[in-house]
Amino acid sequence: MLCNRTRHVIHGFSSQARRLQSTLVIAEHDNKSLSPITQNAITAAKKLGGEITVLVAGVECKPATEAIAKASGLSKILVAESEAFKGFTPESLTPLIVDLQKKSSFTHIISGASAFGKALLPRVAAKLDVSPVSDIIGVQSPDTFVRSIYAGNAIQTVTAKDPIKVITVRGTNFEADKLEGGSVPQETVPGDSFKTDLTEFISQELSKSDRPDLASANVVVSGGRGLKSGDNFKLLYDLADKLNAAVGASRAAVDAGFVPNDLQVGQTGKIVAPDLYIAVGISGAIQHLAGMKDSKTIVAINKDPEAPIFQVADYGLVADLFKAVPELTEKLK
Amino acid sequence: MARVLVGVKRVIDYAVKIRVKPDKTGVVTDGVKHSMNPFDEIAVEEAIRLKEQKVANEVIAVSCGPQQAQDVLRTALAMGADKAIHVEVSAKDYETLQPIHVSKILAKIAQNEKADLVIVGKQAIDDDCNQTAQMTAGFLDWPQATFASKIEKSDNHIVVKREIDGGLENIKCKLPAVISADLRLNEPRYATLPNIMKAKKKPLTKVTPKDLGVDTTPRIQVVSVEDPPVRQAGAIIPDVDTLITKLKEKGHVA
Repeated sequence: MLCNRTRHVIHGFSSQARRLQSTLVIAEHDNKSLSPITQNAITAAKKLGGEITVLVAGVECKPATEAIAKASGLSKILVAESEAFKGFTPESLTPLIVDLQKKSSFTHIISGASAFGKALLPRVAAKLDVSPVSDIIGVQSPDTFVRSIYAGNAIQTVTAKDPIKVITVRGTNFEADKLEGGSVPQETVPGDSFKTDLTEFISQELSKSDRPDLASANVVVSGGRGLKSGDNFKLLYDLADKLNAAVGASRAAVDAGFVPNDLQVGQTGKIVAPDLYIAVGISGAIQHLAGMKDSKTIVAINKDPEAPIFQVADYGLVADLFKAVPELTEKLK
Repeated sequence: MARVLVGVKRVIDYAVKIRVKPDKTGVVTDGVKHSMNPFDEIAVEEAIRLKEQKVANEVIAVSCGPQQAQDVLRTALAMGADKAIHVEVSAKDYETLQPIHVSKILAKIAQNEKADLVIVGKQAIDDDCNQTAQMTAGFLDWPQATFASKIEKSDNHIVVKREIDGGLENIKCKLPAVISADLRLNEPRYATLPNIMKAKKKPLTKVTPKDLGVDTTPRIQVVSVEDPPVRQAGAIIPDVDTLITKLKEKGHVA
């Protein structure tokens, strides 16, 4: 229960915040290109209102900066280029962001809820002694946000009372900013002093694929335990190639070693919301549904008519996937 | 030899289909099966494996919450933790306890217990926050290794394989450090009956956030909790040809 006095204080604060609103968006990139989720985060920032500053920090900032510089409605891009940010470690980026916060007093600090944003922003929030809000799916007002809990089985609306709102944004719930129509001024920020010896980036082992990125693909074909082996995933790759689709997987398929873990769709993997999601040999556990149930059209191919996936599927085909998938691939020619 | 602190949370069992309360203040938790957050089981397992490899010499399990939080602490003890600390928070205050509070509590206990490693699950499956490890590391100024799928310790640092969006990443962290466990870090063991019996005799101490000097005033107010939009029931279609026709109608395929 919230007493009237507290309510008044909150109200007083939010109207003040609205007047002085300014948001810092932390851009995500890989030194070669901007990650698409940054465009979703910029859209969310625009919903908050107020001035928007984007921070690009890294060893090589030019590609990401050039992409963002064309966006409309942004005030400034801060560019912090330094070897200190090798591997984008939160231990080096956090003091940079805290330093910028001290200078500019942003009311909001946001980034995409990717592995990068999830690792970084809570550390920033701790340093600012504020409670962060994770993975928001909607903005109601500058201090009130919507997010999902219990693997998407409940929707929670929360009001953040701290003076600085530190937020990660679920990419699939905000349109991508087009990054066009503007010319954003850039400012260089020194970064070398943020080099840390706490953590050292060693290497990355990235899965190589010519297919679209899972998190932003228009069509996703996912396989589960029903595929029976990693080799059988070839059936899905063939179908995906026909549809220009990304390939995903359920936890069962990942745990069984059929595909690498970065293909996992679900509560603990990626959240996707493509136009078309084709679930093949996936039963539809709560944890998997959490990652895909906002897809526009869901197709399920499963031989078990009782599989929970059929409760969310727009079109369900009760069939042996080893027959139905090749037939589908063939007939889509 | 390292001292390892593991954070464990009691949550509604992952297999339970949750229900939203009619007054929209939260979800129904009374009379609902609870268990240890699955990611925390992985954290406990990893701590115990470090002990079995003689990398760690003591494993301390911590849980914040009402009396029932002791259930998951006993589970951690039965899995092999040496002692437990129950940070007692009343049922009412627990409703508004947030990762920021838990992180401050864990940070304080890590200092008091002279821990070299703090391991927690990457997220709790109830609030889905994914914040506690990062914030604990922030409060302690320790390095963080989030979403860990492999941990190797050498002299004064750990090498961690992390699950990231495009694949995997290897980092090296100085000790002391905070780790958050991802699904694929290990396969947690079951507590055997003799170990469950032994766990009852292991030390479990109680403290309060106040004892630790942590203010648990809520920073976030829950306005409402509602059911997600329900998807319209779909149709079972007879064959692949019908499926292709339907997808064409919807404009998904040319």
